[in-house]
Amino acid sequence: MSANPDHVTAGSLAVEFREVGYVLPNGQPLLDGINLSVLTGETLVLLGRSGAGKSTALKLINRMIDPSAGEVLVQGRSTREWDPIELRRKIGYVIQETGLFPHYTVEQNISLVPRLEKWPPDKIHARVSELMSLIGMNDPGFLRRYPHELSGGQRQRVGVARALAADPPILLMDEAFGALDPLTRGEVQREFLELKNRLKKTIIIVTHHVGEAIFLGTRIGVMDAGNLVRVYSPKEFMAANEPVAAAYVANLRMYEDAERNTANEVEGKS
Amino acid sequence: MSLIDFFMKHQREILQATLEHIWLVGSAMLFAAAIGIPLGILVARRPWLSKPILGGANIAETIPSLALFGFLLPVPWLGARADRLAIFALLLYALLPIIRNTAAGIAGVDPAVREAARGMGMTEGQILVQVELPLSFSTLLAGIRIATVLTIGIATIAAAIGAGGLGEFIFRGLAMVNNQLILAGAIPAALLALGADFIFSFLERRFQPVRA
Repeated sequence: MSANPDHVTAGSLAVEFREVGYVLPNGQPLLDGINLSVLTGETLVLLGRSGAGKSTALKLINRMIDPSAGEVLVQGRSTREWDPIELRRKIGYVIQETGLFPHYTVEQNISLVPRLEKWPPDKIHARVSELMSLIGMNDPGFLRRYPHELSGGQRQRVGVARALAADPPILLMDEAFGALDPLTRGEVQREFLELKNRLKKTIIIVTHHVGEAIFLGTRIGVMDAGNLVRVYSPKEFMAANEPVAAAYVANLRMYEDAERNTANEVEGKS
Repeated sequence: MSLIDFFMKHQREILQATLEHIWLVGSAMLFAAAIGIPLGILVARRPWLSKPILGGANIAETIPSLALFGFLLPVPWLGARADRLAIFALLLYALLPIIRNTAAGIAGVDPAVREAARGMGMTEGQILVQVELPLSFSTLLAGIRIATVLTIGIATIAAAIGAGGLGEFIFRGLAMVNNQLILAGAIPAALLALGADFIFSFLERRFQPVRA
């Protein structure tokens, strides 16, 4: 449990970074002095360029790596005190290209963590059906398919279902929608927004898409060169003066302006 | 006497020698797989061991087989029985392709799949048995196929130290300048190699992982 009086009571913090640094074995620093509190039930988006340290920060949460400095607390306990296997089974993890097992059917992929946790078969079966309807793939024929027999969007949905299988309180998503074409991406994101509003989980999303950050995030943490620049609400983010956030907003405006101009031209002609 | 007549007349001896040959190669392959697959896994896990292990197996491969059989003859327990010695020598030749292919197969597993497996909370052992080995199985089988075909050929030399097998005919044929005798050893050995190649190729395709 957190004993730090400066922080909100430990119970309401799902994840906390305290002065966290991470240095690669070859000496290259990836993260420096990160302080971040993720509230239970919120969706925090880490936004930044490739190489800004977003994925590294995510991997510290489920102890895929250990911090070189400071500590990361999950549910009030330092990740160093957690058994990594136990910790990871309590945290859903969705990665780009999903990492679905190509030799497992959809059903085997989704039921992986419940099977590792030795749930009784009827409970696993019920859970898989529940998840399949949650991701809108109700047709039982899907269960026996292999990942290569699914579309990219379907694979991504199955990846989310697999991460949610054992009902973990925390969900980590590393560029989870990154490999999808824009239209599929939009569809899956819209579904995911609905899903997350129903599930009330703590979600941490890593992305370099500013649109995704604003669409899904309750707060947006802007990262740059291994530092967490600031954490904004979506509204604050849109009005931010700080250069990195402002650059993202300007990037967003660039498309909006082009859209508006084109729309005006179309109207002007007709 | 035509070749076919010769084969008909000596079919029992040929069958006997073929079975001996299969016994030598089969035993050697079992031991080689039992040693080579764990070593291959070790090489995939600890890349710094790759040089010493693959290097060692490579050296074994470069020793001419007749010389290797000769070298091993004075070794106390090994040299006591010719088939024991032959199996040991064949095992050494079979190791390299098995180690190399096991390591390559595991190294070839999609890193995203491995990361997902770790992130889901699978233990190292579970990742190996449930993910890495099934996904690299066809590459591993290719190694066993190459090693089997290789040892079927080399096993004919084992007759030089009295270990039996189809090489008996070849050596006798050479000594007696009798082509039919040579062919009585060479043809079944070639058929064995082709058969092994066919069976393992079939299994390899059967276990070929589908790519998304």
